[in-house]
Amino acid sequence: MIEQTVKIINKAGLHTRPAATIVKLAAKYKCDFYIAKDGLNINAKSIIGVMTLAAEMGSELILTFNGADEKEAAAEITDYFNRGFDEL
Amino acid sequence: MKNFRQIFKEAENTITGIAAAPGIVIAKVYLFTKEKLEINDGDITNIEEAKSNLTEALAKSKKELNKVFAIAKEKMEGKRAAIFEAQMMILDDPILLENINSRIEKEKKQPEYIVNDEISKYQSLMAHAHETYMNDRANDIEDIKNRIIRNLQKKRWVSKIKNDMIVVSDSLTPADTILLSRCNVKGFVTDHGGLTSHAAIISRSLDIPAVVGTHNATKHIQDGDIVIIDGFHGYVLVNPNEEQIDFFNAKIEKLIGLQKSLEELKDQPAKTIDGKEIQLMANVDVTGEIDLVVTNDAKGIGLYRTEQIIEELGEIPSEDEQVKIYSNLSTRIYPKPLVIRAFDIGGDKFKFLDFTEPNPFLGLRGIRLLLENQKMFRNQIRAVLKASINRNIQFMLPMISTVWEIKHSITLINECKNELKHEKTNFDKDIKIGIMIEVPSAALLTFELASLVDFISIGTNDLIQYLMAVDRGNDLVSDLYQEFHPAVVRTISHIVKEAKKAKKPVSLCGEMAADTLAIPLLVGLGLSNLSISPTTIPYAKRIIRSISYEKAKALSEDCYASATVGEVTEKLEKFFKDNSITRTRNII
Repeated sequence: MIEQTVKIINKAGLHTRPAATIVKLAAKYKCDFYIAKDGLNINAKSIIGVMTLAAEMGSELILTFNGADEKEAAAEITDYFNRGFDEL
Repeated sequence: MKNFRQIFKEAENTITGIAAAPGIVIAKVYLFTKEKLEINDGDITNIEEAKSNLTEALAKSKKELNKVFAIAKEKMEGKRAAIFEAQMMILDDPILLENINSRIEKEKKQPEYIVNDEISKYQSLMAHAHETYMNDRANDIEDIKNRIIRNLQKKRWVSKIKNDMIVVSDSLTPADTILLSRCNVKGFVTDHGGLTSHAAIISRSLDIPAVVGTHNATKHIQDGDIVIIDGFHGYVLVNPNEEQIDFFNAKIEKLIGLQKSLEELKDQPAKTIDGKEIQLMANVDVTGEIDLVVTNDAKGIGLYRTEQIIEELGEIPSEDEQVKIYSNLSTRIYPKPLVIRAFDIGGDKFKFLDFTEPNPFLGLRGIRLLLENQKMFRNQIRAVLKASINRNIQFMLPMISTVWEIKHSITLINECKNELKHEKTNFDKDIKIGIMIEVPSAALLTFELASLVDFISIGTNDLIQYLMAVDRGNDLVSDLYQEFHPAVVRTISHIVKEAKKAKKPVSLCGEMAADTLAIPLLVGLGLSNLSISPTTIPYAKRIIRSISYEKAKALSEDCYASATVGEVTEKLEKFFKDNSITRTRNII
């Protein structure tokens, strides 16, 4: 299992477009992928789940990956967060 | 025959509102409402049937959303909106569907009950969030939930309404207005909104009569009623009697006659009787309007509001998409000029940020937002430059209030020019750069600001709002949004004089010039370039051709010296009377 803390660094926060992209990226991998924030743990393969996360600029999220291809999934998805969802 | 006053005095079926788009129309009403769904929470016996009903409803919902895309794409030549994409993905959400299916099996309840309950859980999670943008998102989820439930109940989807109806609604989003206008809508009546609301602006540009801000039209009008819209005076008559129908049918006939005579003006210049020519340009919101620009003989596009593209797409268009749109417009209008205004977002225009500013009109909007989001700004600059090879494109910056903003923008433009040179891409090296004057501080500094650019344009909507400190969308104070306030007259006069001192061309764009009452005043203040809705061009031309510039100048000096909006309006009306010019709304 891989656990990583990421910070939202783009102005608009985790809005609908990045939410959709994250779910699409997650769908490429077999491993489980959860996002936790404020005591809420969301299955990130669910778009409606990810959409319930209110994450403005500056908020911190914990990503957990668990499964065979967890390494690759963690690398690609963490990178997407660190690029500020390509909105910097 | 009776006149308007008598007809309305006797009428007991009148609803009054704001005359938002001219024209008279008599037609049947389509009441545009969102119905509340009743959820059946009964037990079921056949689980397999329930599950296959759900699958069918999901497939149907997907089909509907696909159709929305198709319409959106056709109208907007671009990618689909992210919001629709997310809605589509919800229909395929593996976790959500698994939960719903397993609950149907376990609880043996109607799928619509389970769908409602399961999705509502997510909505209540959102309701606890403090971030204000979550409200919009909860609405999106509400939309998709209702769509699935409606399909489970096998209820019809209203994607299209009968042709030739008058749409009556609480309020209309720009998307509603565009989508519905495809069904040859005859008119719009809304409870909310003002003269500058998007519904009003788009109605004018599509030449559909509209009365907005009626407060209670949806309460007094039923689906299927016959109504008369008088878009000149802002009246709606519900289920008119024979006398009223005859009266307005006669008016409609007269109107057709007037339009014919206006058509005859088409090839005539907009010249005052003492020979001063006014360039009448067109404001363009949606690309579909270009036909209207051409038929109304506009001297060019004086304002192309690019943020409308974002609104239609639901996201920022890519550089390539922009190049396509701008090139297309530039070619269609060639050799006449096309003034492209950089994205003016923030405030009421488009929610670019997913959080709400406490004071959006005084916040990050126009050039301020562009300079904060340089990637987006650069993409637009590059697209405008790439599209400029016909050499008829000019580029305009919105909401300028400081010298720094201009200098900084010009640096960026020059950097983009250098990039394109290195990429060996052609563009107009002498492209003209202009600014909008719409903030009082910029108005005071017109000379200094104008000296830094090639042209300036006065944006009256915002200028009046900031000058009067009135939110034009706030019903409580919108009465104070007074375009004929002496302060407005004096400010415009100052801007025109200072621009002339700086030897820079000045134009005016904004809804103020859509009111024919304003035309002699604006001409008298020395403006010789007005950009207005394409459909109002013939009306404006008719007024210009019947006034003398010298007299208009004296009028504007008179208005300049006034102390109240009442005095100015009185003087303007007297001018029309003294020079025996009938206002369009009084001819018909």
